[in-house]
Amino acid sequence: MADNGTSKNTLVALVENKPGVLNRVASLFRRRNFNVDSLTVGRTHKDHVSRMTIVVDVKRADARIIAANLKKLINVIDVQNMSEQPHISRDLALIKVRTDDVESRNGVTLICERYPARIVDIGTKVAIIEITAQEDIVEALINELRPIGIVELVRTGVVAMGRGIRILDTDYEPLRFGEAANNGLERYGV
Amino acid sequence: MKLTGAEIIMECLLREGVRVVFGYPGGAILPTYDAFYQYRDRIHHVLVRHEQGASHMADGFARATGQVGVCIATSGPGATNLVTGLATAMMDSVPVVAITGQVPRAAIGTDAFQETDVTGVTIPVTKHNYLVGSIEELAYTIREAFHIARSGRPGPVLIDIPKDIQTASTEFVYPEGEIRLPGYVLPKQASDVDIKAALKLIAEAKRPVILAGHGLIMSGAVNEVRELAERANIPVALTLLGKGAMPENHPLTIGMMGMHGAAATNYAIQESDLLIALGMRFDDRVTGNLKTYAPHAKKIHVDIDPSEINKNVKVDVGIHGDLKTVLRQMLPLLESKSHPEWMARIRDWQEDGSERDILNYDTGDKLLGAQVINDLWKYTGGEAITVTDVGQHQMLEAQYYPHQRPATMLTSGGLGTMGFGFPAAIGAKFGKPEEEVWAIVGDGGFQMTLCELATARQENVKVNIAILNNSYLGMVRQWQEFFYDERYQSTPMFNPDFCKLAEAYDIPAMRVTRRDQIAESVEFARRHDGPVLIEYVIEKEEIVYPMVPAGADLDKMIRRPKPNEVKHG
Repeated sequence: MADNGTSKNTLVALVENKPGVLNRVASLFRRRNFNVDSLTVGRTHKDHVSRMTIVVDVKRADARIIAANLKKLINVIDVQNMSEQPHISRDLALIKVRTDDVESRNGVTLICERYPARIVDIGTKVAIIEITAQEDIVEALINELRPIGIVELVRTGVVAMGRGIRILDTDYEPLRFGEAANNGLERYGV
Repeated sequence: MKLTGAEIIMECLLREGVRVVFGYPGGAILPTYDAFYQYRDRIHHVLVRHEQGASHMADGFARATGQVGVCIATSGPGATNLVTGLATAMMDSVPVVAITGQVPRAAIGTDAFQETDVTGVTIPVTKHNYLVGSIEELAYTIREAFHIARSGRPGPVLIDIPKDIQTASTEFVYPEGEIRLPGYVLPKQASDVDIKAALKLIAEAKRPVILAGHGLIMSGAVNEVRELAERANIPVALTLLGKGAMPENHPLTIGMMGMHGAAATNYAIQESDLLIALGMRFDDRVTGNLKTYAPHAKKIHVDIDPSEINKNVKVDVGIHGDLKTVLRQMLPLLESKSHPEWMARIRDWQEDGSERDILNYDTGDKLLGAQVINDLWKYTGGEAITVTDVGQHQMLEAQYYPHQRPATMLTSGGLGTMGFGFPAAIGAKFGKPEEEVWAIVGDGGFQMTLCELATARQENVKVNIAILNNSYLGMVRQWQEFFYDERYQSTPMFNPDFCKLAEAYDIPAMRVTRRDQIAESVEFARRHDGPVLIEYVIEKEEIVYPMVPAGADLDKMIRRPKPNEVKHG
């Protein structure tokens, strides 16, 4: 099942970059009572295609059913379960911690040295630490910083990509409406 | 040729083969109604009395014909009134296209008069929906919507069209080319591996049962399933919406399964060693307790929707495909078999069932719903299209009106929508004007959409309305009798005089209180050209047996005591 022994699976969906698509995906997860751990969405190198990474807790329904339901959405072009293949996954966190005494400043510095993390902002009261790493490493850093005093935290949620030549892409080209369509109706076969 | 958006809607509807639409006008859809006026010779618009009626009519039209039904409404309240009908069509996979007016684009998001986020509201109850963004994409969007509604696993699609797009104009060229939907892939052939795996299970089975669902009817695979059943000698159990997938007088058809299915059918499913589920989705009303469902059976599941496979019941062979295609792949490789012992076992259960059939009891002067349905079946020669509402009469129809042809029993199965039956029957009659159409409804559900009496009369559509009036919400009352110690909270009904009500709508009506009047009532219905209402005043506290209590094991049915056991109350 899932990597690292948890019940989490990482699904990646290519979707049409149209208004309301995120709403459709969110609505699906809500009404099917699927448990979402994180959901990220962003554009790809093609302006008409967006990519979502959805980490799901698969205790209730297995990942295959979730993927099949996602695939049923008309605007979802393709779905892959990254947890079934070698992949790279990254989560980014910005962690604001208390650094208002020597002890805390030293602590933060020492901890960050042992992680792929860096201090991107520091002052007399607080510092911001940035980490981009696998989700479990981000978790570990957060847990180490917790005793020092986290005052604010934001995470992007996981993004993932298959290793090597496992390429998730689409050669789909959208219809262009508006002036382009008026001038070039042959684009949609007229 | 320059056309307005409203005219483009008409041209697109014509090209989709639409000749009748069901709708209700209003501000944001008025330009389109003006175009209906212009196209009135080619597209017939049926004015309903409530938009919910329009959605059920489009649904009934689609179920009866297999074509896409179309309903239309204005923005805001007009559109939200469609929601129940869309949800009904969604649950039962019925191809419907709903067109709604929307406030002008410039007003969207401003809480304008009669503005509702209709695409937002209908995401969970449609297969897909659109808010049209420009007149240039209008024609293509309508074409795509019809394609999505009717293909694959059919379903409702809503197109929300801002008013200013209806009035704008553009050079109209109909988009004839391929529909490009990168995320919408229809299944092709099943893999040989899967076909062989299924055939192997069929060859090994000693006690197989086919579970025949709505998908067989929608796929047009009724001949194929019959051949499968006959050649491999497999009894066929029907879902509620699967009625008509096998002729019910066929010796291999063992009747409906599930909560109010035939006891023999439920016993057969629980005892089977192989279930072949075709175009059905293991609804909870069909399976009862999933943990104890068909415990000895291997399972084959063929469905056009891959998300249905392994959803409720884990299967041994799951085949994603269109049933006609898949069964045609299987049949040439299928070996003849016979299961005489298994069939004999089922016959024994069936005999026990006949003994408990209320029709074989002496019930004195009482007029029972079961008798009414049985006699309607008899006097219509079993050939009518029956459209039911939801409740006891619906289950009695399923039990006592056997259908021989597909798409002749139309009912809201998945959503269980009270108020569906009468408007859906109007829609069905528009789709199948040559057929005798009966709306079989209860006194409760009928009152939810009875305003469509005016529609029926205005259109003079020949629908026979059979109201089984027990002055109760009968099915709810039955649950209260069984599970709530006969506390009949909010189930006794004060009803209007239905015959006088019909008279007010200028509709002929007849009241039946004795069984010997039923033949005459059918004659009465047939004598009139337009709609006819017949009120059957039935026994108040009838019970639909057998019954699997919600969540109970499928074979733990509450059954009617045999005549020698207890006097029927």
